[in-house]
Amino acid sequence: MAENSPTVQFLSIDGEFAPSEAAEEYLPYLADLSDDDHRQFYRDMAISRRFDEECTNLQRQGQMGLWPPSHGQEAAQVGSARASRPQDILFPTYREHAVGLVRGIDILGIVKVMRGTSLGGWDANDPKNGNFRNYTLVIGSQTLHATGYAMGVAFDGLVGTGDPDVDTAVMVYFGDGSTSQGDVSESFVFAASNQTPQVFFLQNNQWAISVPVSTQSRIPLYLRARGFGIPSVQIDGNDVLASYAATRKHLDEARAGQGPAMIEALTYRIGAHTTSDDPTRYQTPEQLAYWVARDPIKRFEAYLRAQGADDAFFARTTEEANDFAADLRHRTLTLEAPPLSSMFDNVYAEPHPLVAEQHAWLNAYELSLREGI
Amino acid sequence: MPPTIEEMPMAKALNAGLRAAMAADDRVLLMGEDIGTLGGVFRITEGLQAEFGMKRVLDTPLAESGIIGTAVGLAMRGYRSVCEIQFDGFIYPGFDQITSQLAKLTNRTEGSVHMPVVIRVPYGGHIGAVEHHQESPEAYFAHTAGLRVVSPSTPNDAYWMIQEAIASDDPVMFFEPKSRYWPKGPVDFSSSAVPLHSTRVVRTGTDVTLIAHGAMVSTLLQAAQVAADEGVSVEVLDLRSLSPIDFGPIISSVEKTGRLIVCQEAPGFVSVGSEIAATVAERAFYSLQSPVLRVSGFDTPYPSSKIETFYLPDADRVLEAVDRSLAY
Repeated sequence: MAENSPTVQFLSIDGEFAPSEAAEEYLPYLADLSDDDHRQFYRDMAISRRFDEECTNLQRQGQMGLWPPSHGQEAAQVGSARASRPQDILFPTYREHAVGLVRGIDILGIVKVMRGTSLGGWDANDPKNGNFRNYTLVIGSQTLHATGYAMGVAFDGLVGTGDPDVDTAVMVYFGDGSTSQGDVSESFVFAASNQTPQVFFLQNNQWAISVPVSTQSRIPLYLRARGFGIPSVQIDGNDVLASYAATRKHLDEARAGQGPAMIEALTYRIGAHTTSDDPTRYQTPEQLAYWVARDPIKRFEAYLRAQGADDAFFARTTEEANDFAADLRHRTLTLEAPPLSSMFDNVYAEPHPLVAEQHAWLNAYELSLREGI
Repeated sequence: MPPTIEEMPMAKALNAGLRAAMAADDRVLLMGEDIGTLGGVFRITEGLQAEFGMKRVLDTPLAESGIIGTAVGLAMRGYRSVCEIQFDGFIYPGFDQITSQLAKLTNRTEGSVHMPVVIRVPYGGHIGAVEHHQESPEAYFAHTAGLRVVSPSTPNDAYWMIQEAIASDDPVMFFEPKSRYWPKGPVDFSSSAVPLHSTRVVRTGTDVTLIAHGAMVSTLLQAAQVAADEGVSVEVLDLRSLSPIDFGPIISSVEKTGRLIVCQEAPGFVSVGSEIAATVAERAFYSLQSPVLRVSGFDTPYPSSKIETFYLPDADRVLEAVDRSLAY
């Protein structure tokens, strides 16, 4: 990055600790990170990449309908997720696999969604799922849900009490393409108007399927939020420390009652939009090479090695990631289609005669087919 | 303590119903454009912000998708929002949040999330307003799984149905016939007369059944009176719930009269009336002595208000259909 860059960056692309000028105010947020924390960040990133690779393979082998790869975006996701507190609520798009991993959901839930055995995948209200809400496929719509949820958190008095175990913030993930959606602008308006305890975490991965970010915006996207009265910052999204520190600061401020903030993490989608996509039709080999050279995991590995991490640590992590992937593969292959009743269950919370009638009809019809054999 | 029965317009009955629901449950919020200090453009929420405060009655930014989308998030947090859409024709910017999010989230989350959100929509014509202010868009929402759709026709129903809608754990589209906001009628505060999703017989008859919802019910009662003067006995049903539809009383009525005319302000093509006609054909075919007829708005955009009376079905158009049905 250029010296006068507005971008928060701690690690150079070679993994050298060299904070940019913009990073200086974020330095205190790194102070309490231990070597173990650093190694945890690395493990999170390595495992989520291996998970992503396995899922791409499973899709190619016909075991999933679709897979949206997260390859390349691990630092943005892991740093921000590790900066959140247990009581915070996180609203993802459909690519926040590493965030889900960090927040402790059973990652098989994501596979269920993509394999077609469940619409939601996991119970976001179950405490063991880390307040990680369900994936949302209509681009940008989750930003309004997050803002409404954050309004509720404030109404519940969980902001600015000074108790670190009580004060709560909401973080919503969204992408560069979604910034053109009306819902994202409306969520900025509602968040600013209500001064919600909320962080908008934008992963600018440079592409909305095939359309470059330059088609979405003529100005850097982090500047958009300022027009709505929301403070914002741009970070190097492939620097896990930048992602962690920026998110820590703005989540802390949101919990303290200082209102919403927006973070634009500059990153790159190394893989396809989804497995149905062919990025060679719109992405040049030079672009790809530029960003592969800025790989977030390699960069952090170089940093950790300079800090004293040895080959054994990296070998153990690789083994751990391989074990994780093997277990995931095994469990994926055991996932069966859901019962037909799941089509009718929970269409409504309360009884509904039409749905009940059609459910009964399908049961009788299926029974008649079996009896006919 | 109010008297057990009081004469009041639907607008006041809705206000009283909202007040009762807010007093009963402090998780009930009102959200919408101009609903706070102004009390809403139709004054339905008049006085409620002063009574319950700015955190219970929210004047929102002017964005329908934002209102519905934040209500979805609030529902995830355990709040029960009642959203006012200012006019029928302004609901479409919120369509995705209603049909793809609000309607589907209970199913998508396998029941872990409920969406107890009410969307109040002043709808329908007869008020001489400009474009987008007099539409009847209820069929879009009746077509969407996960939504409940209701429409009161009287002050008493308005008072009770709004409270039942707010108490429901499902999203409810609440269509308020704005041309009926001001005529007075009795409200019985002592008990809810009928369940939310039930069709009600409002006038008994033997020759032909007329059914409608919202403002058209009073048009049917006018037509029934004229028909009675001419010796034709008309049964009038108030649909009240457009999704689900309580078909029992409709089928029973058709079994008695053998003739059915479905009436609505909305365009007829792929409408609630079409659904009733189809279901009656399936379930009461041998009772029918004539085809089910529809009397509806035309399949055109709502016209300029100076000619709206030629668009909106009136008692004469209903009676013309009665004549056709009887002559078949």
